[in-house]
Amino acid sequence: MTATEHTAGRFVGQSIKRREDPRLLTGAGSYVDDVVLPGMLHASFVRSDLARARITRIDVEAARALPGVHAVLIAADLNPGAGSRQPSMFQGDAVPSPCAPVPLLADADVRFVGDPVAIVIAQSRYLAEDGCELVEVEYDELPPIIDAELAITETEHLVHPELGSNVAMSVPTPADPTLDEIFASAAHVVRETLVQHRHTNVPMETRGVVAGYEPASGELEVSLSTQNPHEARQVCSRLTGVPEHRVRVVGADVGGGFGQKFFLGRDEQIVVAAAVKIGRVLKWIEDRRENLIASNHARADRITVEMAVDAEGHLLAARLDHLEDCGAYPVGGTGGVGPFVAMLFPGPYRLGRLGFVSTAVWTNTCGRGAYRGPWMLETVAREEMLDLVARAIGMDPLELRRRNVIRADELPFTTAMGMELDHITPAETLEQAVEIIGYDAFRAEQRVAFEQRGTLLGIGIGLYVEPTSMGSGSLGVETATVRVQPSGTVTVMLGTGSHGQGVETTMAQVVAEHLGVAIDDVVVVQGDTASSPFGGGTGGSRTAVVAGGATREASIEVRHKAVEIAAHLLEAAPEDLEVEDGRVFVRGTPTRGVEMSEIARVAYNSPAELPEGVAPSLEATVSYQAPPITWSNACHACTVEVDPDTGLVKVLRYVVSEDCGVMINPMIVEGQIAGGVAQGIGGVLYEHLVYDEYGTPLTTTFLDYLVPTATEVPVIEYGHVETRSPTPGGHKGMGEGGAIGSPPAVFNAVADALALRGAKVTAQPLTPTRILDALDAT
Amino acid sequence: MTEHAICVVVNGEQRRLRVEARRTLADVIREDCALTGTHLGCEHGVCGACTVIVDGEAVRSCLMFAVQADGADIVTVEGLGGPDGTLSSVQDAFREEHGLQCGFCTPGFVVTVTQLLRENPDPTDDEIREGISGNLCRCTGYQGIVRAVRRASEAPGPDRPDRPGPPGPEGTR
Repeated sequence: MTATEHTAGRFVGQSIKRREDPRLLTGAGSYVDDVVLPGMLHASFVRSDLARARITRIDVEAARALPGVHAVLIAADLNPGAGSRQPSMFQGDAVPSPCAPVPLLADADVRFVGDPVAIVIAQSRYLAEDGCELVEVEYDELPPIIDAELAITETEHLVHPELGSNVAMSVPTPADPTLDEIFASAAHVVRETLVQHRHTNVPMETRGVVAGYEPASGELEVSLSTQNPHEARQVCSRLTGVPEHRVRVVGADVGGGFGQKFFLGRDEQIVVAAAVKIGRVLKWIEDRRENLIASNHARADRITVEMAVDAEGHLLAARLDHLEDCGAYPVGGTGGVGPFVAMLFPGPYRLGRLGFVSTAVWTNTCGRGAYRGPWMLETVAREEMLDLVARAIGMDPLELRRRNVIRADELPFTTAMGMELDHITPAETLEQAVEIIGYDAFRAEQRVAFEQRGTLLGIGIGLYVEPTSMGSGSLGVETATVRVQPSGTVTVMLGTGSHGQGVETTMAQVVAEHLGVAIDDVVVVQGDTASSPFGGGTGGSRTAVVAGGATREASIEVRHKAVEIAAHLLEAAPEDLEVEDGRVFVRGTPTRGVEMSEIARVAYNSPAELPEGVAPSLEATVSYQAPPITWSNACHACTVEVDPDTGLVKVLRYVVSEDCGVMINPMIVEGQIAGGVAQGIGGVLYEHLVYDEYGTPLTTTFLDYLVPTATEVPVIEYGHVETRSPTPGGHKGMGEGGAIGSPPAVFNAVADALALRGAKVTAQPLTPTRILDALDAT
Repeated sequence: MTEHAICVVVNGEQRRLRVEARRTLADVIREDCALTGTHLGCEHGVCGACTVIVDGEAVRSCLMFAVQADGADIVTVEGLGGPDGTLSSVQDAFREEHGLQCGFCTPGFVVTVTQLLRENPDPTDDEIREGISGNLCRCTGYQGIVRAVRRASEAPGPDRPDRPGPPGPEGTR
């Protein structure tokens, strides 16, 4: 029997209530805006209200003269000497494409509405905003590039003239006669252009930072709303020149991120640099308008898909032509997502061959950033296309999927793009989802409802595999320190950046399970570079697999040491001992045992009692390297009713069947899925970042940018298939999946309803206007 | 800028404050009263994160000037549970039902739901969803929140600080 088997499942796999909750429910959480330090000043930005212009004059004198204003900084004050601010994984030769040079504050040019031009620092936020009103900026206005299609061919007006083109990245298709031959001889070829519109993360807590440099100690301390404190620390160090060991980044409670807070944003960088420059503690809390126009945008893509299908509905091949809008300054090197879209496009299907061309362009809009499944266009495009193919060849979309989905006996399966899939269950989750939702019964009801009353009901499916915990560079590794204190209580230190995922709970479950202690005796410390090992933060659906793997291994190592010490104290053989509830005892004779607190006392305070060769202390630090990809999978299915008179969509039922391997906490797993589903529903039906032709953002408040409320999100029903991954705990990542499967499921359901009337939609968002236009066009 | 003297009762404690006319109630609660549980998610009255109870009504403290609250009885999220950290029935239901993730919108929801159940102790499912539709949550898809409201509405009252029966004349306990 291994050390882990006999307690398996006491904590891991249980829906244990979150230990984060009491403080968050009573208002005792500590978010960045709750940080108040002596002498703290407040910052506010002057931002460009033009999409593309040359700055001809900035007059800050009136602002500087305002009582209460401490400083007004412009590019000339702040930019010289700033170090490299690209993400650490892109340092050296690994510069990503596309990559535009981004100044701290805008210097000669502004390139999108919201581009920061000056920072005003004052005694209060009110006074800082008063100061911003007094800063005068004069511009020579230039024609902006807003439309991504036009950006490709535009040669006179460039977002980044120094780069010589608006094309940020171009992946051409190599000649592929085999592919051409498949298309030429296929029974069916279906071609469609699909548009996924611009929308974005919208964490309820905006971005924010409190930074202070203490010249006497040489220390830079940064409180930050972040998913990734160690990454922020590295960037702060390079940016300011303060050595890394003198920089501390603390992300205590973080009010959501969904990718937006994974890399250190440009605005936060400006505040950190300004704090060092003026030698004072400086706070900046982004307002909602700034968050909607200047943090990052996402999902702005157009993709043309061509699919070759045989007479029986088998997918033979696909061709993709992808256009991505990167905005002016893609955040944290994000952008150029095309190759990932192509790599993952085959998904969980036997698709024989794939060709793709991808183009990314700069536009005078807010930069693209990571948003929960940044490459998820592959699932959107494939799943929406499958429904279009099914309709074109007269087959039910479920039947088309059944004919092509990879089955258990075909694993491991190498996709057309060379990805090896294993330990996944797409066929099983497909069947479970359609069974829960009652697919056949709904089809019958749909037909009757339409024929008898003209009611437009629809059903949609989104099936996908998710490449979680992608182990490239620092993202593939996490380190955990598990320390039993002299009292026998346990502290776990992790380099994660929990921002809603309940990492303090799930990782405590892993420790309690594998160390054999009561969960109330475990505390997880994370989000602080001063007290945690280096780590890659929380994002990319990686914490359960990578941090969980390190935590598990470190817990087992400590357990082995505790057993070794206990064996010596009890004069028993280690293999005869069990560990449970913080007590090591002889199997079958529970009275013959020793408490963890006694073992810890010996380990720290009485080394003479230790067995020979055993070092004092009772802790372990273990680094875990995850495999390149840990695949998870899920199937989303939903039903909708479309009102033909108003164009309004009501989501009737929503089902998710998923396989994220061994669940650490099923309650948290379902919570993660639900949040992603709501974002998908919002993304397809309501949320839209709109620019006018001049590049002016029109959706700058929550009155215009519509986040779904409780009246728009239905009850979500879940099915679970648990297939172990080959990683230590058998877990798979799943944080992003809810937002990957939901957009095509919702879109397909609406399209299915509209097809009853012969109407067709190919672009999001599915607003009432677009739906009524589609119905009118029939 | 001219300051005005105001007197408010916050979570049962009387406070005399001097505030500029332009300062919002939310900022005064957070900064002058150091009660940082009240959060600001949009500062334009849509997201509901800053909801507090003023004279028995749930209001958005970002849309109210502090001077308008002169003489008012205010309850924030910090005033709902017991002084020893005991959760109120609403707070406890949110924990039981996983009605929060990042926790940023949570104080606004807890306050809104507390007042909702005072006004309508036995809401239907539709009334629950309608009743919380003025608050935005980006993490939960509202699943656990809706369940939590149902659970709290079914929780026994007398020993719970926030279920005192019908609201009194000031609407507070």
